[in-house]
Amino acid sequence: MAAAHFSRLIAAAADTIAAHAEELTALDQAIGDGDHGLNMKRGFEAVRAEADGFAAKPLPDALKAVGTKLVMTVGGASGPLFGTLFMALGKELSAAPDRAGLTAAFNKAIEAVAARGKSQPGQKTMLDVLQPVYEALAQGKTANEIADAADEAAEATVPMKALRGRASFLGERSVGHMDAGARSTALLVRAVAEAIEGH
Amino acid sequence: MSNVGIVIVSHSPLVAEGTADMVRQMVGDEVPLAWCGGNGHGGLGTSVEAIMAAIDKAWSEAGVAILVDLGGAETNSEMAVEMIGEPRSHRIIVCNAPIVEGAVMAATESSGGASLKEVVATAHELSPA
Repeated sequence: MAAAHFSRLIAAAADTIAAHAEELTALDQAIGDGDHGLNMKRGFEAVRAEADGFAAKPLPDALKAVGTKLVMTVGGASGPLFGTLFMALGKELSAAPDRAGLTAAFNKAIEAVAARGKSQPGQKTMLDVLQPVYEALAQGKTANEIADAADEAAEATVPMKALRGRASFLGERSVGHMDAGARSTALLVRAVAEAIEGH
Repeated sequence: MSNVGIVIVSHSPLVAEGTADMVRQMVGDEVPLAWCGGNGHGGLGTSVEAIMAAIDKAWSEAGVAILVDLGGAETNSEMAVEMIGEPRSHRIIVCNAPIVEGAVMAATESSGGASLKEVVATAHELSPA
């Protein structure tokens, strides 16, 4: 991947998080501790600040660097969770992956996130978006179809009862709200998909 | 010092520091002790960087037991242990115990020269399986 291209992906990710920070915080205030938007924005702005340096690295190293930066700067459980997603992708991807390589790496990255969060799909978390995105990748869907699948999956967390994270303390009262981590995951998927599509 | 070190990780620096005060009251300076709290930007939260620094500060060849409060403190502590890496990571354990009672009990156990396994088991007894 060209360095300029990776920089654009980072900018697209940071832009969408910044543009939706208040929405993410509002979602998290409803059923969590209300810091998700600010935390994610801080993390992705820190990544943006070093985007050129990251982009100059081979893709696996660039993704690991993004993940490590998120771990160090986000300041909530989202830091290790999103950080692990990027670090695991960096560990599993080759320097120039094809669709099969990306699909396999994404599957491994989801496993790493599940292990980090001691969670699994169906518990009203970011995994409920990552899993359908993996399935769409595996089915050979286009970038736009994958982004749509991510949005639908985030929407589908609304009727779920939270079983992990701060929202799980609310039990049944967590039903009727979208999971903030699922929403931010869907935002990132769409940003990356559109940046790749527009390339 | 050869006693097991204790690290306290709370979302709130006030809770972390207060817990550390209670530990010190029990064990004085016989146990390596460090605490951290807050997201590093003035808000509630936990910071992997601060947790790694606290582990360094409380480091003991006998190992370190970490007491945490809510989920993010646990996830960030586990991440910190992983980033510290081998060989030290094998001698650092994140306890499943209430933070205040766990820290005081674990430190008291440590002050008697107990092993990391014994210190952690004492903290774990506070959490019904």
